[in-house]
Amino acid sequence: MKSFTYERPSTPAQAAAAVAGTPDAKFIAGGTNLLDLMKLQIETPRHLVDVNGLGLDTVEPTAEGGLRIGALVRNTDLAAHPRVRKDYGVLSRALLAGASGQLRNKATTAGNLLQRTRCPYFYDTAQACNKRRPGSGCSALDGVNRQLAVIGGSDACIATHPGDMAVAMRVLDATVETVDAAGTERRIPIAEFHRLPGDAPERDTNLKPGELITAVTLPKPVAGTHIYRKVRDRASYAYALVSVAAILGKDGTGHVAFGGVAAKPWRDAAAEADLPKGAKAVTDRVFADAKPTPENAYKLKLAERTLGAALNQARA
Amino acid sequence: MVGATAAAPQDRGAGTSQTTARTDVPVLATVTFTVNGERRTLDLDTRTSLLDAAREHLHLTGSKKGCDHGQCGACTMIVDGRRINACLTLAIMHQGAEITTIEGLGQPDQLHPMQAAFVKHDGYQCGYCTPGQICSGVAVLEEIKAGIPSHVTVDLDAAPRVTEAEIRERMSGNICRCGAYSNIVEAMTEVAGGQA
Ligand SMILES: Cc1cc2nc3c(=O)[nH]c(=O)nc-3n(C[C@H](O)[C@H](O)[C@H](O)COP(=O)(O)OP(=O)(O)OC[C@H]3O[C@@H](n4cnc5c(N)ncnc54)[C@H](O)[C@@H]3O)c2cc1C
Ligand code: SF4
Ligand code: FES
Ligand code: FES
Repeated sequence: MKSFTYERPSTPAQAAAAVAGTPDAKFIAGGTNLLDLMKLQIETPRHLVDVNGLGLDTVEPTAEGGLRIGALVRNTDLAAHPRVRKDYGVLSRALLAGASGQLRNKATTAGNLLQRTRCPYFYDTAQACNKRRPGSGCSALDGVNRQLAVIGGSDACIATHPGDMAVAMRVLDATVETVDAAGTERRIPIAEFHRLPGDAPERDTNLKPGELITAVTLPKPVAGTHIYRKVRDRASYAYALVSVAAILGKDGTGHVAFGGVAAKPWRDAAAEADLPKGAKAVTDRVFADAKPTPENAYKLKLAERTLGAALNQARA
Repeated sequence: MVGATAAAPQDRGAGTSQTTARTDVPVLATVTFTVNGERRTLDLDTRTSLLDAAREHLHLTGSKKGCDHGQCGACTMIVDGRRINACLTLAIMHQGAEITTIEGLGQPDQLHPMQAAFVKHDGYQCGYCTPGQICSGVAVLEEIKAGIPSHVTVDLDAAPRVTEAEIRERMSGNICRCGAYSNIVEAMTEVAGGQA
C-alpha cells in the first residue's frame, strides 16, 4: 500500500472541500472496497478523508412518503430497518444477498454504490486494463470473461457493476443526493448515476471529482411482491452472475431490473409492459442489443429463467 | 480526533504513461481505543490495518490473517458490538472504539461459552480459522437476537430464529479450510439453546 495522510472532518462541506482541495484525495467510508484496492495498489490515494464523522447515518421518512437513507447508513442497518423490510423488501433482500455479515456491518450506502468492478484483470496489475490504466487495453475481451457484461459494453471495457444494492435501487427509482466543495447540491436519478464504459471506462459514475454523496432517497413504496433473486457460483458470499430485482403483481405486471449483466443495473421500462406475457417476452426485448461473448452468453438464458422464477414466486 | 502528523511529499510525477516515481514516506498518526477492556494508545503508520495493529503492535496474535482481503473471516473482531473484518479497516479509523478479540472473549481457565462449545463439539481441526469463527459465532447469535434478518430469513417482518439454515448463511463469511462446518453449527446451536 502507498502511504497517505489522513483526516476526519465533521461536516459534509469540510469533507467535500478536503477532497477537492488535496491532490489525489479520496473519501473513505467502510473501507471494505477502497482498502482492498489500495493493498493491491490499484487505488493509490495520497490523502484519505474519513467520512465516518459526518453523521449522515439515519433513515428518515420524506414529505413525499418515501425514505431518505443517509450515505453512511451501514448495509446491515439498512437491510434490517423496519420501514425498508416492510415497504422496500427488494432492497432488504438485495443487501442481504451481498457480501458477508462482517462486510455488511462496515459497508455503507454510498460506498456500496461506488464499489468497483470485480473483473479479474482489473484486479491483476500485471494485465492490461483500460479501467485501471486508461489506454492500456482490455485483457478481458479475449480473456476469461464469463462473469462480465453482456450488454452496454464497449471495445474498451466489458466490466460489470458487481453490486446487488444498486439493482434494487434501480427498480425502486432511487435518487442519489450529493454536495460539492462549493456547497452545490445535486440530485442524480439512479438510472444516470453509473456510466456505461464507452471510451472512458475509468469513470464508473457521473460523480464529479470531490463530489460527496450525502443520501439516497426512495420515492413512496410501490405495491406488489418485492423479490430479489441472485444466481451465483455458491450459495452465499459470492457475487452475482445474474440477478433480478423485481416488484411484481399476481397478474405479472410490475417492474424489473437486472444485475450482473452490465456496467450499471439494467432496466428497460418499456419492456416491462410485456411482463404479463412471461419472462421470455421481456428478456428478448431487454437484451435485444446484447453482445455476449462465447463465455458469457449463458447469462441471457439465465436472466430469462431467473425472471421466470421471480414471476412464479409472485404468482404463488 | 485523529490527525496525521507528517505530510508525505506531493511529488506529482511527470504524468507520463509509465508508472510515476513516488517516494513513500510513512505517515504516522496516534489512535486510542479500548482492546479487551484495556485502554491502548498507539503511534501507527496510517496504513496499519486494525488486524496488524492487534497482532504486530499489541501482540494479540489470536486474530489470524488468512487472506487480508475480506474473503475469509479469519481476522473477525467485535468492534463496538459488531463483527467486522479487521483486515479491511484502518486502525486509525477506530479512535475511541471498544474492540474485542478472541483473547478478550475468554482465556483457557475461563472459557467463553462459545469457546467451550467449540471444544466440546470439535469445531475445528487446525484451528487457524477458529478465533474468527468464534468471534463471528458470538456476534451472529446477538444479531439473531437483535432481529437482524438474513438472506435465508423467509419472512422479513417476523423475528428470525436460530436454525441450521440461518447459522450456515450467517457464518458464510468465515471460511474453514478443514471443513469443520457441521461441528461449528452444532456448537453454535448448543450455545443458542443455552441462551434461550
Ligand atoms: C469478499 C467480498 C465479497 C463481497 N461480496 C459482495 C456481494 O456479493 N455483493 C455486493 O453488492 N457487494 C459485495 N462486496 C462489496 C461490498 O459491498 C463493498 O465493498 C461495500 O459496499 C463498499 O462500501 P464501503 O462503505 O466499505 O466503501 P469504501 O471502501 O469506504 O469506499 C468505496 C468507494 O466509495 C467512495 N465513497 C465512500 N463514501 C462516499 C461518499 N459518501 N461520497 C462519495 N464517495 C464515497 C470511496 O472514495 C471509494 O472510492 C464484497 C466485498 C468483499 C471484500
Ligand atoms: S473488462 Fe474493463 S475492467 Fe476488465 S480488463 Fe477490460 S477494461 Fe479492465
Ligand atoms: S484476513 Fe481478513 S477476511 Fe481474511
Ligand atoms: S479449523 Fe482449519 S481452517 Fe478451520
